[in-house]
Amino acid sequence: MNSSRAQSFHFKPLNVGRWLVWGLYAFALIVAPLLWTSSFAQTMLTQIGIGIIACLAYNILLGQGGMLSFGHAVYSGLGSFLAIHTLNLAVSGAWNIPVSLIPLIGGAAGMGVAALLGYVSTKKAGTPFAMITLGLGELVWSMSLMIPEFFGGEGGVSSNRVIGEPFLGFLTFGPQIQVYYLIAAYCFISTAAMFALTRTPLGRMLNAVRDNPERVAFIGYDTQWVRYLAFMISGFFAGVAGGLAALNFEIVTAEVVGAARSGAYLLFTFLGGATFFFGPIIGAVLMVVGLVLLSELTQAWLLYLGLIFLFMVMYAPGGIASLIMMNLRVAAYGKLRQLTGSYLALAGTALTMLVGGGAMIEMLYHMQLNAAMGPEVEFIGVTLNTAGVDAWFGSVMVMLVGLGLFEMSRRQYVREWGDVQAEIEKEIKRREAL
Amino acid sequence: MSSSEFALELLAVKKAFGKSEIIRGAQLQVKAGERVAIIGPNGAGKSTLFNLITGRFGLSSGEIRLHGQRIDGKKPYEINRLGLSRSFQVSNLFTRLSVFENIRCAVLWSLGHRYSFWKFLADLTDANERAEAVLAMIKLDRRRDVPAMNLTYAEARALEIGITIAGGSSVILLDEPTAGMSKSETQRFIQLIREVTVGKTLLTVEHDMGVVFGLADKIAVLVYGEVIAFDVPDAVRADARVQEAYLGSVLAEAH
Amino acid sequence: MDQILINLLNGFSSGLLLFMLSSGLTLIFSMMGVLNFAHASFYMLGAYVAYTLVGVIGFWPALILAPIVVGGIGAGFERFALRRVHKFGHVAELLITFGASYVILELVQLIWGRTAVVFTPPPSLQGAAFTIIQHPLEGLSLMWGGAPAELCAAAACSNFPMTRFFLMGVALLMLLALWLLLTRTRVGMVIQAALTHPEMVESLGHNVPAVLMLVFGSGCALAALAGVIGGFTFVTEPSMAVIVGSIIFVVVVVGGVGSLAGAFVGSILIGLLQTLPLTIDGSVATLLNALGLNVGPETFGYALMRLSMAQVAPILPYLLMVLILIFRPKGLLGTRED
Repeated sequence: MNSSRAQSFHFKPLNVGRWLVWGLYAFALIVAPLLWTSSFAQTMLTQIGIGIIACLAYNILLGQGGMLSFGHAVYSGLGSFLAIHTLNLAVSGAWNIPVSLIPLIGGAAGMGVAALLGYVSTKKAGTPFAMITLGLGELVWSMSLMIPEFFGGEGGVSSNRVIGEPFLGFLTFGPQIQVYYLIAAYCFISTAAMFALTRTPLGRMLNAVRDNPERVAFIGYDTQWVRYLAFMISGFFAGVAGGLAALNFEIVTAEVVGAARSGAYLLFTFLGGATFFFGPIIGAVLMVVGLVLLSELTQAWLLYLGLIFLFMVMYAPGGIASLIMMNLRVAAYGKLRQLTGSYLALAGTALTMLVGGGAMIEMLYHMQLNAAMGPEVEFIGVTLNTAGVDAWFGSVMVMLVGLGLFEMSRRQYVREWGDVQAEIEKEIKRREAL
Repeated sequence: MSSSEFALELLAVKKAFGKSEIIRGAQLQVKAGERVAIIGPNGAGKSTLFNLITGRFGLSSGEIRLHGQRIDGKKPYEINRLGLSRSFQVSNLFTRLSVFENIRCAVLWSLGHRYSFWKFLADLTDANERAEAVLAMIKLDRRRDVPAMNLTYAEARALEIGITIAGGSSVILLDEPTAGMSKSETQRFIQLIREVTVGKTLLTVEHDMGVVFGLADKIAVLVYGEVIAFDVPDAVRADARVQEAYLGSVLAEAH
Repeated sequence: MDQILINLLNGFSSGLLLFMLSSGLTLIFSMMGVLNFAHASFYMLGAYVAYTLVGVIGFWPALILAPIVVGGIGAGFERFALRRVHKFGHVAELLITFGASYVILELVQLIWGRTAVVFTPPPSLQGAAFTIIQHPLEGLSLMWGGAPAELCAAAACSNFPMTRFFLMGVALLMLLALWLLLTRTRVGMVIQAALTHPEMVESLGHNVPAVLMLVFGSGCALAALAGVIGGFTFVTEPSMAVIVGSIIFVVVVVGGVGSLAGAFVGSILIGLLQTLPLTIDGSVATLLNALGLNVGPETFGYALMRLSMAQVAPILPYLLMVLILIFRPKGLLGTRED
């Protein structure tokens, strides 16, 4: 049985490979906090675990179903709120629910809201659907400011997760590491469940709806119902992520249903790669690392992020996952070495561009925010004088030169990539003929 | 619901878009198992007719019956579930799914799997076996795992037919199935269509007269939204009105 | 009474501002199939660019030049970014305009700062356009310009700002120009066709690159014009894009995607819906209490019922959108078969 691998990639995982991959995933989840033991690292790892569930849930809509939602934070956010209120019920003794099951309450909330709002949203598809999700997101966000009884007003709703009988006799979920392992467990099970979904009739029909909604009707399926069910499942897992976040931070504020968070889900799931199942996992890692670390490094991080996003949409719409897979394929045919030169050129010129542009941006920000500290700003070890012309002229030149060289090397790269692809096609045909 | 002798009936069907009447009282009654070719000059309303039958547009007036049951006003997926399937003139495939997956999707509903998310596709032996059978019928087994967007034109057309018949519908509508094919491809395709529609009721829109006369039991001639003739090929060829509408030459050249 | 009239005019003028924005959005969407998520960002750019230009070349030249500059930026974006993703489908186009909205916001903050800038209208547009006076004895009257203090001591005066009056004027002029363009010119006929049958227009060969740049640039220029006026009528700050951004999508869904008349009706409706309730202090609870039902903090749902209309005003447009989606999914005046 030959597999033809042309422009699009259909990877049939071998059974051995499948066990290996899942085993590695579980191993990574278990071992990570033992490698990075600082509390900062553990906080990040916890957030990554939560983010993975949220982004994978989002990708059920985006990558699997072709549905672009601008308001997905509603489902994870409301999951958070319901989870923390339930936790408070447990604290007050009104309902003795084990802390480890709280995320499921979040999931139920997410699914319930998705059932309600999804009914309205999935009446449309494509661009109108996106507009509706935007409007609904704003609706919930506005309501969050109006109903402090549920949303806690300015201070949000807080709670305490160390209550009741210790789980399994010793897990109080007080220490961060215990919370991490709870989240890791949920993460692994959720990942497996969402992966399993892709191998069921509903999952496959969801893909069919993505590829050709008109045809789906003519093979007996109601496209709206397929989308609606997928929406609810996605809402469930988003709610689980929200519930875990409520446990982790022990406080939930209105921003968890805000547009910024919805935008982050979209941005990072796309960056990670919506066309492969594991893409959102990469996206979640980027999301946490980016939001936590990058914002420390520079004021302009959101600008850089936006520019990278634009670049990816234009040149690599399959995200980082697709870049990895395409290069793995090239490596499998032994042709990766040919491209190293091109890659180095791309990296070098991109870096030059970045240095020039970054210098300008940092100088601008410095002038705006820190003008009282004098006209000099540090940038990668070099002192730039914002008052003088040299620094500006220099950075503009560096950026333009970098831009020009980058465009040149990009075109060269595209040529070489095309050649490599052609060679691979020939090789495939040769093997098929055998 | 009475199940009459006719598999598909169009009774005084009218369709107007705004002020322009495209279908002006089409009358057609197709018996079960018949193979009918619908021919007519451009603009006669053939695609509109298909869209009306399959529920894409609603009727302005009249009735459409499938096995005696009224289907006008129903949604496309409801009509499909009652046993009517169509193919498209421009291949309408699930682009990122493989050939096999395309066919398997088409069999799922007819085997009752519906919206289930608690069973794995790999475990559905009935669906997999049926999909394999259809794959063999349309002779695309060697291209099983190719994403549909990477198929050649003829392969895509074959898959198009495959998806249409996979669900086991009793009434099949084919919209210019051999459009854009070479002579030899067309001949092979006719044979394929004959094989996969054994025992089914077939309605096909065609422009190639060789195909029409080779495939059809009966021909329906659609002119200005009306069926002006519906009979066996020889009778249609001899019909004066048809000759007038077609200027005789097109029919003569296919002899 | 004077208050009510002024509020009506406020709502109407807000609606006209929304129309200036949603008409550009509808045109771009209809002719190119692209939903310009960054439309409100170009609105914001218009305000900021005008703010800078005013200091250089004066107000009235800036009013003309700023939309042209921003339209040029929009055309450039279309040429170098949007066009590249056309082949990836509508989702990609939506994503790139989404990304653009982030980038534009950050650039604006980078260049002009994160706080509001003081964009004052020129002297000719300051003050009141007219004042409505409710005199206890003489009844309702209207006075051009501001009313003298002594008069207002004895009666209720409400004035209507000149900036809003100007806004309405420009918007109505724009409406007239659009109407003339659509019904009297050949270009207009093509646009009308594109509004309801975009695929047909494409196959007729009207989707040449220059036309694409022109359409997108014009849409952005319209947004920028709205931004200039909105900038000095309201506040010019980085969040102005976000505030108006989601509302114009609601307008388009309510009015009907692809319908300019729908965009007009939707804009006015939403404009009124956002403004009129602000004057009502009452809530469902007060209403029920006035009817004799005793509603208090113990009543179920009190948290929702005690919200005054003024507090609820921000979400009314979204509620309307949901209702439209349930009961009339095509929108009020939508004609497109989806």
